[in-house]
Amino acid sequence: MAKRDAPEVNAGSMADIAFMLLIFFLVTTTMDVDSGISRKLPPMQEDEQTEKPPPIKEKNLFEVVANANDQLLVEGNLMLPGDLRAATKEFLNNNGDGSCDYCTGSRNPSSSDNPHKAIITVQNDRGTSYNLYIQIQNELVAAINELRNDLALRDYGKPFAELSEANQKDIQKKFPQKISEAEPVNLSGS
Amino acid sequence: MSKFRKKKSGGLPAINTSSLPDIVFMLLFFFMTTTTMREQELVVKVRQPKATEVKKLEKKSLVSNIYVGQPIRKYQSKYGTEGTIQLNDFFANVNDISDFIFSERESRKEEEIPLLTTSIKADVDVKMGVITDIKQELRKVQALKINYSTVETGEMEF
Repeated sequence: MAKRDAPEVNAGSMADIAFMLLIFFLVTTTMDVDSGISRKLPPMQEDEQTEKPPPIKEKNLFEVVANANDQLLVEGNLMLPGDLRAATKEFLNNNGDGSCDYCTGSRNPSSSDNPHKAIITVQNDRGTSYNLYIQIQNELVAAINELRNDLALRDYGKPFAELSEANQKDIQKKFPQKISEAEPVNLSGS
Repeated sequence: MSKFRKKKSGGLPAINTSSLPDIVFMLLFFFMTTTTMREQELVVKVRQPKATEVKKLEKKSLVSNIYVGQPIRKYQSKYGTEGTIQLNDFFANVNDISDFIFSERESRKEEEIPLLTTSIKADVDVKMGVITDIKQELRKVQALKINYSTVETGEMEF
């Protein structure tokens, strides 16, 4: 009589077991990546400011103020959030003193001198909605990113994201992200 | 000979499925490794705002989350409907944030502490007053890297 082989274990149901586990993990998995707008807060000022901050010309400041009714005041004018991006771009790109050879702005003497001097300041009320705040932050960052991208296309013929790290740094230096946030105040008394 | 031929011609041979478990296991391991179980139950309602210029947070283990939103219905009688802060798994006060940051720092390695990011996950309807308070608290404890958690969209709607 021939020697019998040990009977093979039936692995047919292995797939079913694995499928069951697979489906469990498929259902419980949350693939949401944490994404958002990154910011760096300024360090807390310990004592009251003893020395005065360096003077900044009024025209180099781009003031964005949001009130408790979710209205936006940009440079003293009422503005819709949808127009903020274009206004910011115009302000940063203005090149008032002509020292910025890569700017394409309108050289309006009453707007910013050059992108290095231009500072955006954001002020919001305690009653401003978070949604509007994020919209403002997003539009400001978007304006700077668009300017950087335009410059990258002009200088290197490639979008900003495809440039080498050194070139990206170079462009970031040309259009720095200078957004300051005012110390919180209560505009409406609410 | 005819015996053998007869066997071969009888219908299609069954497809060998013995490698199916291997394939499924591969998928299984993929999902097992990528899965992140929700560590905490939310007691506030958070609908994140939309934004286009978002950046991904790279190291999830270095992120501490602060949730802000309206308490879910069963807590509304006790905690009201205003924007409320949630730390770890329950409601907290603005003053608890510094303790929260310190405990987060304690659980990390020393060299990782400067890389810690605080992610503020706030609801669209929250008023900035709460957010400002949180930011001031974070500045006090030198937790300066923050991230406003948003959902990425292609086009902004106003």
